[in-house]
Amino acid sequence: MTKAIKLRFNRKQLCIPYAAFLVLFVICPLLVIIYYAFTDGTGQITFENFINFFSNTNTLGTLLNSIAISAVTTLVCLVIAYPVAYILARSKFKKKYVLLMLFVLPMWINFTLRITALKEILTAIETNIAMYPFLNTVIGMSYDFLPFMILPLYTSLSKLDKSLTEAAEDLGAGGFTVFMRVILPLSVPGIISGVTMVLLPSMTNYVVLDMLYNSTYIMGSLIGSYFAAYDWNNGSMISLVLLVIIFVITLVTNRFSDSGETGGRTNIL
Amino acid sequence: MKITKKVLSVVWLVLILAFIYIPILLLAVYSFTDATVVGGSIDGFSFQNYITLFENEEMRSMIGGTILLALGSALIAAVLGTLGAIGTFYSKRTVKNLINYANQIPVVNADVVTGFSICVLLIVLLGISKDTFVPLVAGHVVLCAPFVYLSVIPRLKQMDNNLYEAALDLGATPAQALFKVVLPQLLPGILSGFMLAVTLSLDDYFITTYTKPSTFDTISTYVVNATKGGQTEIKTALWALSTIIFLIVVVAVVLMNVLSGKKKAAEERV
Repeated sequence: MTKAIKLRFNRKQLCIPYAAFLVLFVICPLLVIIYYAFTDGTGQITFENFINFFSNTNTLGTLLNSIAISAVTTLVCLVIAYPVAYILARSKFKKKYVLLMLFVLPMWINFTLRITALKEILTAIETNIAMYPFLNTVIGMSYDFLPFMILPLYTSLSKLDKSLTEAAEDLGAGGFTVFMRVILPLSVPGIISGVTMVLLPSMTNYVVLDMLYNSTYIMGSLIGSYFAAYDWNNGSMISLVLLVIIFVITLVTNRFSDSGETGGRTNIL
Repeated sequence: MKITKKVLSVVWLVLILAFIYIPILLLAVYSFTDATVVGGSIDGFSFQNYITLFENEEMRSMIGGTILLALGSALIAAVLGTLGAIGTFYSKRTVKNLINYANQIPVVNADVVTGFSICVLLIVLLGISKDTFVPLVAGHVVLCAPFVYLSVIPRLKQMDNNLYEAALDLGATPAQALFKVVLPQLLPGILSGFMLAVTLSLDDYFITTYTKPSTFDTISTYVVNATKGGQTEIKTALWALSTIIFLIVVVAVVLMNVLSGKKKAAEERV
């Protein structure tokens, strides 16, 4: 190898391709979204899309519906997952890792196939699944996102120092007090990260609704229908609204969780 | 008191497992019958659904396409994310923070928004044809690369910093030091990032649907279209697909457990 063609670089320069990639495919698309949200089809600056969104009872209703669905789904997942994670974390069962695997294994099966399975069951039980849109949406979303709630809860509960609960018991606290004043506060980071992993997708994953023959809309469905109508400006407006919601949620949750850099799907690692 | 607590715990776990597995397992059972709806009458057992799945040209190509897309974009994501992590790790604080924040955007962002924004930039504004697969692959790499980055960074923190310097002192070029010293140390992180990237890409619906060529389908988009269409034959063949994927996942998880168990046992013996 002659000196002329020898690869010479500084380690720092290795981040250039990735930085360029992030700028091009992450930052630029967001800037373009903001531009499209405040222009009309001919490129004129306008607030029409903004006013459209906030004056239209349909879109506002959709926003409220998504908030309701995501809140209820998150609550249902939390109520189901917390006891599961708690029991698994505290069990003395030797192979409890296998049990945990059983609970999170479905997340590796394509979610559209899982919802297909759920749909068949719901149809068999309810005959006409279009009759219960809200109930079925919540069931579908919970079915889809449950593993993402169990995993962070389990992680935070299994890290919990047993001597703390023992100390509380020795000092005379009853089972309920120990849970409320020691275990629950210490598992808040797990709760927060589980909540963020369920809250957001259940506001936007409209495929679950579509597959369950649902005629109601959530925020994601609006983007889907604007996409189908080639209405990039109004679609961008909805995306922008979602981005703001996501930004606020991230800010709030970063305050509560101890490490700011984890979050979202990182927990699968 | 203690016994009731234990019984209640077991009952709860069993109930939730039933909620999770009854749909998947019932679908698996019905996939081996000639029934057209779950809960419907079974006239006999058959492998027709599995035969359809492998004989139908359209389904074969969409399964192949899904796997190819996942492996391809995970590979690009692994290269970009790893290089990005190494470079960022040794950069100045401001650069580090900027890249960390940018990396976090696709992680917390909703896939719908990620997909839609890439579609608007690449397809609507820049006019890149969907048929080139560029928007689709770019979208999937955006989805995956941040997770590779996030799984490599902890390995870099654990790595002994002097190794790279020592290699340089002993006469290695930066490239040699990178490939022969640094990368082997990071390999476990890169691999787990790669695996995560593959699963994310396989599971994706939204980014795919906003950026894919109209003639191309992944499992997700195909299944969603199939539920809207009325073809019973395809619908029941997808039950077979669901069962096969379920079995593959079970085998993979069991293998991983056995392997890590063996590794642990070997370490304990030493």
